[in-house]
Amino acid sequence: MSTPNQNRHWTYYLETVGAWALALLWILPLLYAFWSAFHPREYAITFELLAPLTLDNFKTAWNQAPFARYFLNTFILVTMILAAQFVLCTLAAYAFARFEFPGKNIAFVMVLLQLMIMPEVLIVENYVTMSKLNLVDTITGIGLPYMASAFGIFLLRQTFKTIPQELEDAARVEGCSRLQILWKVYVPLARPTYIAYGLVSVSHHWNNFLWPLVITNSVSTRPLTVGLAIFGAPESGVDWSIITAGTLLAVAPLLIAFLLFQRQFVQSFMHAGIK
Amino acid sequence: MLTKLKRRAGQLALAAALSLGLTSTASAIELTMYYPVAVGGALTKIVDGLVADFEKANPDIKVNAIYAGNYNDARIKALAALKSGEPAQTSVMFSIDIYELIEQGAIVAFDDVVKSAEDKAWLEKFYPALMENGKTQGKTWGIPFQRSTIVMYYNKDAFRAAGLDPEQPPATWEELVSMGKKLTKKSGGNVDQWGVMIPSTGYPYWMFGALAMQNGQTLMNGDGNQTHFDAPATVEALQYWKDLGEKHGVMPSGTIEWGTLRQNFLEGKTAIMWHSTGNLTTVKNNAKFDFGVAMLPAMKRRGTPTGGGNFYIFQKSTDEEKAAALKLIKFLTQPERTAEWSIKTGYLGTRPDAYETDALKAYVKEFPPAAVARDQLEFATAELSTYQTGRVRKLLDDAIQAALTGSKSPAEALGDAQKQADRLLKRYR
Amino acid sequence: MSRRISQSYIYGWLLLMPAAIFLIAFTYYPAVATLAKSFFSQGTALKPSEFVGFENFAYMLDDDVFWKVAWNNIMYAVGTIPISIALAILMAVWVNGKLPLRSITRMAYFTPTILPMIAVANIWLFFYTPDIGLLDQVSAVFGLPSHNWLGDPDTVLGCIIAITIWKEAGFFMIFYLAALQTLPPELEEAARLEGASRWYYFRRVMFPLLMPTTLFVLINAVINSFKLVDHLFILTKGGPDNASSLLLYYIYEVAFSFLDQAYASTLTVVLLLMLALIAVGQFYFLDKRVHYR
Repeated sequence: MSTPNQNRHWTYYLETVGAWALALLWILPLLYAFWSAFHPREYAITFELLAPLTLDNFKTAWNQAPFARYFLNTFILVTMILAAQFVLCTLAAYAFARFEFPGKNIAFVMVLLQLMIMPEVLIVENYVTMSKLNLVDTITGIGLPYMASAFGIFLLRQTFKTIPQELEDAARVEGCSRLQILWKVYVPLARPTYIAYGLVSVSHHWNNFLWPLVITNSVSTRPLTVGLAIFGAPESGVDWSIITAGTLLAVAPLLIAFLLFQRQFVQSFMHAGIK
Repeated sequence: MLTKLKRRAGQLALAAALSLGLTSTASAIELTMYYPVAVGGALTKIVDGLVADFEKANPDIKVNAIYAGNYNDARIKALAALKSGEPAQTSVMFSIDIYELIEQGAIVAFDDVVKSAEDKAWLEKFYPALMENGKTQGKTWGIPFQRSTIVMYYNKDAFRAAGLDPEQPPATWEELVSMGKKLTKKSGGNVDQWGVMIPSTGYPYWMFGALAMQNGQTLMNGDGNQTHFDAPATVEALQYWKDLGEKHGVMPSGTIEWGTLRQNFLEGKTAIMWHSTGNLTTVKNNAKFDFGVAMLPAMKRRGTPTGGGNFYIFQKSTDEEKAAALKLIKFLTQPERTAEWSIKTGYLGTRPDAYETDALKAYVKEFPPAAVARDQLEFATAELSTYQTGRVRKLLDDAIQAALTGSKSPAEALGDAQKQADRLLKRYR
Repeated sequence: MSRRISQSYIYGWLLLMPAAIFLIAFTYYPAVATLAKSFFSQGTALKPSEFVGFENFAYMLDDDVFWKVAWNNIMYAVGTIPISIALAILMAVWVNGKLPLRSITRMAYFTPTILPMIAVANIWLFFYTPDIGLLDQVSAVFGLPSHNWLGDPDTVLGCIIAITIWKEAGFFMIFYLAALQTLPPELEEAARLEGASRWYYFRRVMFPLLMPTTLFVLINAVINSFKLVDHLFILTKGGPDNASSLLLYYIYEVAFSFLDQAYASTLTVVLLLMLALIAVGQFYFLDKRVHYR
């Protein structure tokens, strides 16, 4: 005798309100950014419903810092990292999933250890390495420590393992080489994993800050996050209208992509997480 | 970017044309220069403009001016570039980095670069207070460029509302307290307007340098190897700062954020703020009320540290490059350029004759607050600067914050800081 | 047969080689070099670096800031991990159920994940600023006195923790959401027919089934509590008086502001040791299913 109506206990309404309240709280910083960026400076910290709208803050922010260049740098950076990660992780994951070789288990544990010892911890020593390689203040220098990603190797290995061995055997009978098999059988079948991993990687490196801060010196290499930190550094006096406008500019591509492909985003992250 | 390239290309073509038939074009010298910006405003454009002027006047020298973030960033970048083999030849860096740079063997003294009598005379053209941070071991290592002091901004409307004379800002520590009490407005348990705010994040040691000097005490010696953190006058100064909040209730207790303070002042949440002269232009453009700028008040005397960036010349450069760098620095510190720089940014004119130029004279007449910082130079002293400067500075910053937030007494906090500073500086004595 | 095996050896290692080179160059070599450097003094132009044994470690044990920062880091972990995990579960359960406006709510929860910490720190600075900030504007409506959130050593770490929870909960929610969708709906149905309360069902059925996810999320959360320091650069710079400074931020400061790479390496060794301990714990405790399948 449990009709849906009876289930709608008062706790149901309480929970609904709670869920919404939490959602509001969670989105509040972004809402504030929109408020302050689209209103004149006088309204940056006072809230009046009928305050006039303006785009001046965006104009000022855009003119005050070379955002176009920062966008380009970040774009080059995430593309470069992603491409390298795909190649390196695919090869390594294939080795772990389908080959037997001495030292495999130790090697795998060493890879997994990198999940713990992430590049952020080693900024001091990696900086020394980069300066020896003459790569300080280059976009390559920002990207290098992240290219062999333990997470990526792990994720792809798990996916490759679910692909039936018979497919590989069949391809070999047709005379495909190992690399051809990888390219024609494994990679296409692991597409959802690549998309998932790609989204995670792009959003991570789009937002990464500490290492790029350490390793870059100039406008021509600085990614958005570092540019934004210099642009909005409290040293120069906080002007929220302009800073929020700059912030929105910096997050816009990712945010728009997220809003458009929300479902894919969430599912990708889920996919990356389940494995 | 493109227009810049075009401009560069144009200049190069011009340079080539000029040198045609005289010498080969290979003699062009390329200089790399880092510079920081610590206070708001579109400074990069102004610097680009000045550099372009220089290149026009000296077609055989090409200058890459690179904006490197805040002072700390600029120092790290310049030192890193030095090690990685693509060094800069000259840079604007924090005036207090001098000992660090000497210890790293990074810079040369100007005394070793200047040749002619005219150049030597040029070294004497600047305000002595601004040269203090650039001199040690009997030599000059830094030339003042983007320099500032602390001044007191006050809200004249708030003064009127509190029945105070808006043309008589507090001139002594007692007046700061008594006027501060009148200016502090409460409704219920809440304070609507504070009397005064002195920022204690970001650069607390700098603000504290002012209070200590006003109490007749410098924070370190001229060799950069001895600090005076636990001197009785230093402790008194910190006690006074703490009392403003806790005893007199004219300032919020706890620390006050450097970055948001200007906004607090513009919103009328505080009637008085101490801040860098570098904020003058922004405050002028945004204040919706009548505001004034005054010298900091006095206890035993008036006092403020200077602050900001100096020009340095790097060791790792050829004699030709050093000469070219000197030429650049001399060009940028000419009285007319200095005046232009000061008007556009709010930084100090670094030499007396800059204030004699027509441009700056007219500006000061139209906007008298611009002269306050200059007049205060008479009472100014060097900013805290020692060997191991980053660490020593942090020791003092932490001590100040510990005292202001009440986790240690001023005497205890400063005593601890002195002990640790001694430990660090022993080997430089 | 043996030829195939040795061929497989070579292939395996060749495929692994590119990634291995990168891992060695940017993870294992620097880790070892850091350890080595911690036994040397910091060299300057006037005084070259020399072997000093455990002197750097002795200095560290004597360094009040180190102890404070280490303690802060523990508090930071203790403050962020349980709450963000609890919130993540709550969010996942809500978003997985029949909530009106479900997808908008889910989006709201998840958005902080894709925003850069460095950018949102400035927005949070506005929330926390005394008198003019949002928190104080709201509390003023209720007649509460204003509070200097970031300027008070008793509240500053809490403020930093709140931001981290905000940033992480939505991210962890995703993992729980994925796990919840693998639970057969009949379970809940059966529990309801038996008259079990939702809380009972959660405690006795759902939570135990989510255990592998919780362990996975836990490891992530622990790592992040050592790694997430971006917001300090904007909000507090570790102040007041190091009350909000964390180990990695202190390492950055020592290395790049004090230019003392030797001591920074010593601190890094401690951080690496802590992470290694956690890693060992992970291999020891963690259900093998979660990682090796």
